[in-house]
Amino acid sequence: MTDLNPASETPPAPETPTEARIELPVEAGEWQRVSPKYIVVDVVGWLIFGGIMTAASFTPYWIGWSLGWILPVVFGTIFLLVIAFTPRRVRAIGYALRDDDLLFRRGILFQRFVAVPYGRMQLVDISRGPVARMLGLAELKFVTAAASSGVLIPGLPLERAEQLRDHLVAVAETRRAGL
Amino acid sequence: MSDELNRARAATATDFTDGEWHRLHRATPLFRGGLTLLIIIGIIVANFRERLIEAFIPGGSEFTPDDPFLDYIIAENLIPQAAAAVLGLLLLIIAGFWLSWRFHSFRITDQVVEVRSGILFRTNRKGRLDRIQGINIVRPFIPRLFGAAKLEISVAGNDANVPLQYLTGAQADALRRDILLLASGARREAAGDAAPDAAAARGVVDPSVVDPAAAGVEQSEIPAGTPLTLASGVIDKRVNEFLAPELDPSLAEPESVVHMDPGRLIGSTVLGGPAIIFVLLTAGLITGISLTGEVALVVGFIPALIGIGGFLISRITRSLRYSIAATPDGVRVGFGLLSTTNETLPPGRIHSVKVSQPLLWRPFGWWQIAVNRASRSSAQGAGGQAQTTILPVGNVDDVRTVLRLLLPAGVTDDSMPMVDLGLTGSGDEGGFVPSPPRARPLRWFSVKRNATALTPELVMMRTGAIWRALTLVPYPRIQSVAVSQGPILRALRLGAVDVHTVAGPISAGIGALDRDHAVSFFEHVSGRAIAAAERDTSHRWGAAADAATQQAVSEEPAAPRPPGAPEGTA
Repeated sequence: MTDLNPASETPPAPETPTEARIELPVEAGEWQRVSPKYIVVDVVGWLIFGGIMTAASFTPYWIGWSLGWILPVVFGTIFLLVIAFTPRRVRAIGYALRDDDLLFRRGILFQRFVAVPYGRMQLVDISRGPVARMLGLAELKFVTAAASSGVLIPGLPLERAEQLRDHLVAVAETRRAGL
Repeated sequence: MSDELNRARAATATDFTDGEWHRLHRATPLFRGGLTLLIIIGIIVANFRERLIEAFIPGGSEFTPDDPFLDYIIAENLIPQAAAAVLGLLLLIIAGFWLSWRFHSFRITDQVVEVRSGILFRTNRKGRLDRIQGINIVRPFIPRLFGAAKLEISVAGNDANVPLQYLTGAQADALRRDILLLASGARREAAGDAAPDAAAARGVVDPSVVDPAAAGVEQSEIPAGTPLTLASGVIDKRVNEFLAPELDPSLAEPESVVHMDPGRLIGSTVLGGPAIIFVLLTAGLITGISLTGEVALVVGFIPALIGIGGFLISRITRSLRYSIAATPDGVRVGFGLLSTTNETLPPGRIHSVKVSQPLLWRPFGWWQIAVNRASRSSAQGAGGQAQTTILPVGNVDDVRTVLRLLLPAGVTDDSMPMVDLGLTGSGDEGGFVPSPPRARPLRWFSVKRNATALTPELVMMRTGAIWRALTLVPYPRIQSVAVSQGPILRALRLGAVDVHTVAGPISAGIGALDRDHAVSFFEHVSGRAIAAAERDTSHRWGAAADAATQQAVSEEPAAPRPPGAPEGTA
């Protein structure tokens, strides 16, 4: 009988069971943060998107609905809140290069942690938007055969991104696995 | 290297795998462009019908010539020119067909399969053998009448298939075996595989007993003038191929074949989703008509009704001859009544498996099995369903059998009790870790069903008390793992985990788990996935088995070699 008992398979649960947030048993120092300059990129992006959406939401007001002003106010408030939390949100983005896999985290309200084994890498993408390029930043996308992996590390200084890409490619080469 | 290659070649039964360029079945362009040609002929005949009747039965019909173009031709006495033009067009079409056949060639080396085609716009497609996700033999109805089949080699990727259309049925069967042999990485096969077939074919003359694959291979070797005259031989072979069971019985373990029960198939279709929509639509239509008195409402519903009705009928007819069996080179799934499909999935090509049960199937204990695969085949599966539905309907025993086939490493006698618990169990029996009671606001009925379990080879996720489902993911196929938590989950101290595999109908994720359990699950599964991926050798599945047998053979040097095995393969 191989183990039907998960106790031998599952490592002991980490301590601090009262904490509701997800914290992985990873040393805090292992997490690498993205550049604080990425806050600017994110804010600019949200400003443009939020501005357009808020402007568009004025339409009911313009065509004469008496309560039409509620919509742009709600939209504007939401987007302002999103923008206000940008520094906190950017600080929450992090990645850790572990021995055999890349660990990626993002989100405060909606936390998400992904672990991708290096050997699963299909390709690494570096892309730069106009604002990011002005600030010398780039984003790195780690693509696996699964579309849902979704590891996209934004706000890396270009040099760091290229260094990371070369490192990931080199490591993936030594741990190549099939599909 | 070349030595190895020679050995691999010697073991294979067709001469297609010699690395040279080969052409396809001569009638290929006709089968591919045949429909268009038929339509054109149909239009012409329809246009000229009355004139033809008039020509053969003068005065037989009330015919009034109203075709100015044709009248002009007759009036100006241009009939020879017109006939020449028609003939020229015909010749041009035939020449085009011939050219496209000439330019369409393929070759198979021990590394790749390559197809090139096109007259003006050349296409060249190459697939790596160790990335083969499945080999599919499709026999559409018309080509099937002529004994032709399409061999489709799926490699990883969206619609990244290398189709060889068309080959003769026997060639396709033999070629599939050869490609799988090359792809498996096995170097000293043959003896167990090809030889008995060939021997059987040589020994038995009665074509109704010979299995079609072997008979076809041997056909070319029968010298002219044997009692088996060519014409009757060909017809017999066709009839044989048409009536032969989809599975080559000599290659399958008989006890592992699941047979589709027609009653169950019809019942499951009637109780399935589309049938219920069909009934609801009809009911809505009848109430609509009786309320408004507008019979014209029917018109709006007709397309939908025809669509769903056609889907249901095709699902039943196609699944009627469903079969599944284990072969040395993977699982073989076949179905189809008139147009048949027969696909071989090599080991390690199944990325996740989901066993599910719609609510109405529960009284009957029926289940359905779907899989995620790295390739998307253009051919459709059982009854218009995607090719990802491996078992359209089956009872628990069928599910157990099929799971054993699909995940031979993971689903064993040891883990079978866990599979059973995963299908129908609840609570924390047998290693399942269910959601804590505080998850009830999110999982009203399924709080005890909603659970994960880990075996040494598989991740199991059990969900749903009403729509039961069990998802199985083998560790070596995991691409990445995620754990996440939104505000509601956080308020309840819960978490969600996702195991990412290649895209498909299954997304292996489960929500509302205890936070600590979710984190430890994440850590554990990500660690195991790395270790399993390093050990995994299924992309060259034959090589591992080969090494094992080689070892066994070297321990018993006096082992007798099976008769008929080509010299020099050992």
